[in-house]
Amino acid sequence: MAQIIIKNLRKDFGNFTAVKESSFTIEDGEFFMLLGPSGCGKTTTLRMIAGLELPTSGEIYLDGEEISQRPPSQRDIAFVFQMFALYPHLNVRKNIQYPLVSQGMKRSEIKAKVAEVSRILGIEDILNRPVGGLSGGDRQRVALGRAIVRDPKAFMMDEPLGALDAEFRERMSEELRALHDRMNATTVYVTHDQLEAMQMGDKIVVMNNAVVEQFGTPQDIYDMPATMFVADFIGSPSMNFLEFNGAVAEGTSSVSLNGQEVSVPVQRQGVTGNLVFGIRPEHISFSDDGDYRGEILATEYLGTTQIVTINTANGDLKARINADLPATVGDKVGLSFNPKTVTLFDADTGQALLSDLNKEVLAHG
Amino acid sequence: MSFSVTEATTRQKWMAGTLVILYAVISLIPLVWILMTGLKTPPDSISYPPKVMFEPSLEGYVNLFTTRTRVSKETLESLPPPANFAEEIVRNRDMVIAGPSKFGQRFMNSVIIGFGSTFLSVFLGTLAAYAFSRFRIPLADDLLFFILSTRMMPPIAVAIPIFLMYRNIGLSDTHLGMILLYTAVNISLAVWLLKGFIDEIPREYEEAALIDGYTRFQAFYKVVLPQAATGIASTAIFCLIFAWNEYAFAVLLTSGTAQTAPPFIPTIIGVGGLDWPAVAAGATLFLIPVMIFTIMLRKHLLRGITFGAVRK
Ligand SMILES: Nc1ncnc2c1ncn2[C@@H]1O[C@H](COP(=O)(O)OP(=O)(O)OP(=O)(O)O)[C@@H](O)[C@H]1O
Ligand SMILES: [Mg+2]
Repeated sequence: MAQIIIKNLRKDFGNFTAVKESSFTIEDGEFFMLLGPSGCGKTTTLRMIAGLELPTSGEIYLDGEEISQRPPSQRDIAFVFQMFALYPHLNVRKNIQYPLVSQGMKRSEIKAKVAEVSRILGIEDILNRPVGGLSGGDRQRVALGRAIVRDPKAFMMDEPLGALDAEFRERMSEELRALHDRMNATTVYVTHDQLEAMQMGDKIVVMNNAVVEQFGTPQDIYDMPATMFVADFIGSPSMNFLEFNGAVAEGTSSVSLNGQEVSVPVQRQGVTGNLVFGIRPEHISFSDDGDYRGEILATEYLGTTQIVTINTANGDLKARINADLPATVGDKVGLSFNPKTVTLFDADTGQALLSDLNKEVLAHG
Repeated sequence: MSFSVTEATTRQKWMAGTLVILYAVISLIPLVWILMTGLKTPPDSISYPPKVMFEPSLEGYVNLFTTRTRVSKETLESLPPPANFAEEIVRNRDMVIAGPSKFGQRFMNSVIIGFGSTFLSVFLGTLAAYAFSRFRIPLADDLLFFILSTRMMPPIAVAIPIFLMYRNIGLSDTHLGMILLYTAVNISLAVWLLKGFIDEIPREYEEAALIDGYTRFQAFYKVVLPQAATGIASTAIFCLIFAWNEYAFAVLLTSGTAQTAPPFIPTIIGVGGLDWPAVAAGATLFLIPVMIFTIMLRKHLLRGITFGAVRK
């Protein structure tokens, strides 16, 4: 198993840049998520690590060795494709043993390996079936089997659950995570589903428009987003952005929103201009004596909580509050914000402003 | 009664079946007629009204494979009794067998040239189609169009230049010359057809093979070729049918050693009057190789001629 270091990796397709200088580190045994919207360069990054695409520039280190220009066969990295890419002319057993055959392994050894892997994945009874008639879940397991049978240094998975229906996805994602915990194999997992990334990942890289926006643990990324894009992309409903024009001095711990002083984490950066006050929906609460007020536009009942849309002087926001609190459309309510997890952004660059809250996370992000 | 979009009713099945059979009968009549004519005697073959019921005879086949000379009654009677059925048939017409005809050899020419050029077209076509499909080739679209454009004029339009060229470089009337010529004509079809098939094979299969530790060439023949079998089979059939039936170039460029069956068969007519049974016998035998080839590759063909539209 292995550590993977990505350094200034870049990929151009003609004039188009699919991945701009990207750097991050995947520690040994980590379940690592590559997260981002469609077309942001996740697959391209993954393919470069696996060797299916050669980078235009930059380096990839696998266990300290620079491998970016090697053919895939010399990298010892397994890849699970989105549509599984099982060889349609071979049966399940032959699909799984295919990587072993290429290594010239002995027949008896191959047989034992396939037996072991199929037991782990629970597919012993379908080994002699053609892959054509398999269900989505079984195809997925066979694809995983083909990947794990050779004990590679790392696994690349490109939206491996994308082809499954919703109900099955959940089960498979649990199976996948359990499999990972059991084998402790370094895994890079591509997804555009932020919930999946938060649930499954040890660490997440958030990409947008060919650029790495942030990289860190799910909690760090959720609580301390480095950019407005990350803040918006992660979480459902996403972070509220209240725009205001003003000045933030270094060392200050409050900003003025529509004339009301609102507490924020101690700021470590002085900025003047168009700013954004970012707060998660669950950190907003109703308080009758709150000076910052808004009008309820809509409510959405979710069982234990409800999402309340409120119009304020700085724009609409969504609050997640207890379902049993009264909230009637048209009511005017006072709001209070939990200052611990507020992030201020520069509206023009979209970058988070440094504060005591996020300075450590942003330092390496 | 329930109505289903996908399941045909009994009546619909009957109608469809009847139509198919009707169509098969209509298109098979000329073939059956050729088959029958081959088994008639020359007088039966030109009798009017045409005979549908007749006594079968192998005279056509005997005439196809032999050359014969007419002899006088006295010589005929002085000969020992006929050694086999062929001699007996010939003597009934006051003739004796002078030797074998050239049909067997011409037929072999057709086999060599037809299958040789088919193999070459499909082999080169597969490699070229794979390259066009998978690699970034400068001006790929223009090149593909250029390849196709060789099919735009009737082949006979270039017959004279080719005839002169072939005579100069010594390819006239050679097997190699004909194989190269038919390959040149067929290769555009082969590249285009096969590119369509290979385009449809997801790249992921090859990439999976690369990841699994195979080289690109191994990935090509272990993963792509089996997937493209359908396309290769149907392309081979198209190429063979063209090369097998080609007449114009064959007439112009071959006259002896490399002459194929199509230009040879009509020359039978001239040998001893209008010998329709011999011509029909030649045509019947000529049909057989393509038929066998097609039947052998039949299971691929259904998916093949719909150009990959029907997928498992
Ligand atoms: N071979 C290629 N040639 C040209 N452009 C490419 C190629 N491969 C990818 N791209 C482009 O690079 C960009 C990033 O592609 P990539 O497949 O990495 O996105 P992604 O993040 O995986 O998106 P998705 O979630 O849709 O899979 C896309 O705009 C895509 O069109
Ligand atoms: Mg992708």
